[in-house]
Amino acid sequence: MSLINLIRIALKALQRNKLRAFLTMLGIIIGVGSVIAMVAIGQGSKQSIHDQLSNMGTNMITVQPASNLNGGVRIAGTSFQTLTAKDITALKANAQYITELSPSVSSKGQAINGALNWPTTMSGVSPEYLDIRKLSLRDGIAFTQNDVLTSAKVCLIGQTVIDNLFPNGENPIGKIIRFGHIPFQIIGVLSPKGFNAFGQDQDDILIAPYTTVQKRILASIYYSNIYASAANEGVTDAAVTEMTQVLRDSHRLRSFEDNDFTVRTQQELIATLSSTSGLLTVLLTVVAGISLVIGGIGIMNIMYVSVTERTKEIGLRMSIGARGKDILMQFLMEAVLISITGGIIGVLLGFVSTQIVTLTLGWPTIVSESSVVLSFVVCAVTGIFFGYYPAQKASRLDPIEALRYE
Amino acid sequence: MSKKILEIKDLKREFQMGSETVRALKGISFDVDAGEFVTIMGSSGSGKTTLLNILGCLDKPSIGNYFLDGVDIKQLSRDELAQLRNHKIGFVFQAYNLLPRTTALENVELPLLYNKEISASERRERAIHALEAVKLADRLDHTPNQLSGGQQQRVAIARALVNEPVMILADEATGNLDSRTSYEIMALMQDLNSKDNKTIVFVTHEPDIASFSSRTIQLRDGIIQKDTQNQNKRSAKEVLEGLPVSDDY
Repeated sequence: MSLINLIRIALKALQRNKLRAFLTMLGIIIGVGSVIAMVAIGQGSKQSIHDQLSNMGTNMITVQPASNLNGGVRIAGTSFQTLTAKDITALKANAQYITELSPSVSSKGQAINGALNWPTTMSGVSPEYLDIRKLSLRDGIAFTQNDVLTSAKVCLIGQTVIDNLFPNGENPIGKIIRFGHIPFQIIGVLSPKGFNAFGQDQDDILIAPYTTVQKRILASIYYSNIYASAANEGVTDAAVTEMTQVLRDSHRLRSFEDNDFTVRTQQELIATLSSTSGLLTVLLTVVAGISLVIGGIGIMNIMYVSVTERTKEIGLRMSIGARGKDILMQFLMEAVLISITGGIIGVLLGFVSTQIVTLTLGWPTIVSESSVVLSFVVCAVTGIFFGYYPAQKASRLDPIEALRYE
Repeated sequence: MSKKILEIKDLKREFQMGSETVRALKGISFDVDAGEFVTIMGSSGSGKTTLLNILGCLDKPSIGNYFLDGVDIKQLSRDELAQLRNHKIGFVFQAYNLLPRTTALENVELPLLYNKEISASERRERAIHALEAVKLADRLDHTPNQLSGGQQQRVAIARALVNEPVMILADEATGNLDSRTSYEIMALMQDLNSKDNKTIVFVTHEPDIASFSSRTIQLRDGIIQKDTQNQNKRSAKEVLEGLPVSDDY
């Protein structure tokens, strides 16, 4: 029997009992719909975490001073001073995988504009820092390498500081404010970044050339951090290895000595957070997968009932020339049609419910093609797997008994 | 000499029921020529149903031979038998056995769906033609529950005709119908037999129905009791005309 005839016969048989076919499909519809919606929600939350971190610069590498032995006493890394201009020079000369580099120092203090003041932090960095941290300017201009060389008293200002020092909405560009005792001219306004994933206000900041902060405020030659960006996310690990080696050489550490600095990447953070939401996706998928299997068992159940109920029809078909194989294929085709139609409706349901979740709850969602393809394949396989046994039972009926069946 | 459609030689059929052997047919021989209208009669337990199953290629003889249109069915597999039924036999059942919620046309098309050589357009054409032959050309899109018993049986006859079989095998085809409709069906059968020269084997237990055929084979306890040519065959059409019209109410 040709495939077209087969599909025609199966379709007609399903049409004769639309309600039952639909109810059978329901298991598959809900199964596929939930697989797609759940995976979309899982993927969406994963992506949003990733995006948030990317905003901080996914290829960002941070070097911090590490704790070290000093005469037998462990000293906390932050109070230890190991990073200097020499390291920057060495990194610039020797590291290939990093594209941008910025030292960083910071000072807490009071920012003052006339009668108004606000406690904030001033970061001293090089112009590359803006690129590394993916910061942008809303207004004004950034400071230049020249400002770094001359330790210019210029700064970029964050939105929170503006809100507190310029409450009446005047344009801060060109204004002079004081940080501690030192006057700074505001030359640029940072675009607001809001709070980061850990609840810190990223807009409560002043940014100035690092030489200015070092010489005029801290009177120190040490850096508290070095920020760098790897050429791309893929070479981050290589960049870390390379930087570690360059810094060890620069610090003249002997092979048995521990690093007196630590090199960190955002990758570790991303990996941790992704694996958490990855686990969530797996869990949701398993739950949804179970509902698909239950849908499949529903198909098997109904097909069994259908075979018994249609014994006489099977007998008739055999008597007018259907071979066992034809009967087998007909029932198998019915099961596959049910599961595939259910799959299509389920995919649509998945899309719709995903949209509803996004619109009503505001959760980010991503419908991945792989989940659509996968649930579709699972559907077809479910149809064949759970449809085969009842179909085989039908094909092995004795036509004489089937015809006399009441 | 006309062609032999059926050749049955010393046919026996035995069933194993537990430790006992039931001998349903105990050695039957007869031939049916093309164009004959044969009724097979017998009370229940006579082996009538067993013989019908074998004639319809649904079952095989234990001993002996059955040639249908020159083919020895003993040599055929299950699938080959199915193919043979499709090509050479048109079944008409007592309970019509039409597919529910399926139009008359689709019911008649059904045997052709199992015949690979026939295209969709030819299938439709032949189904319409078969329905015209049973005078149901105006009922193509009616489903069985919209048709009377007689009409349903005529759809079933059309289904039996559509594959152009060498033999129509009817099993108590008038058993569910009232006398008037039974005569209508018999008139149709006689028509098919005389005009289209169809070979018909009609299994029944009503002597009244047998009188419309050209030959009657009487079975009893698994053997042929009588095999008689019907000299004064009645015409169903005339009987129908003779019925009182007062039936209509």
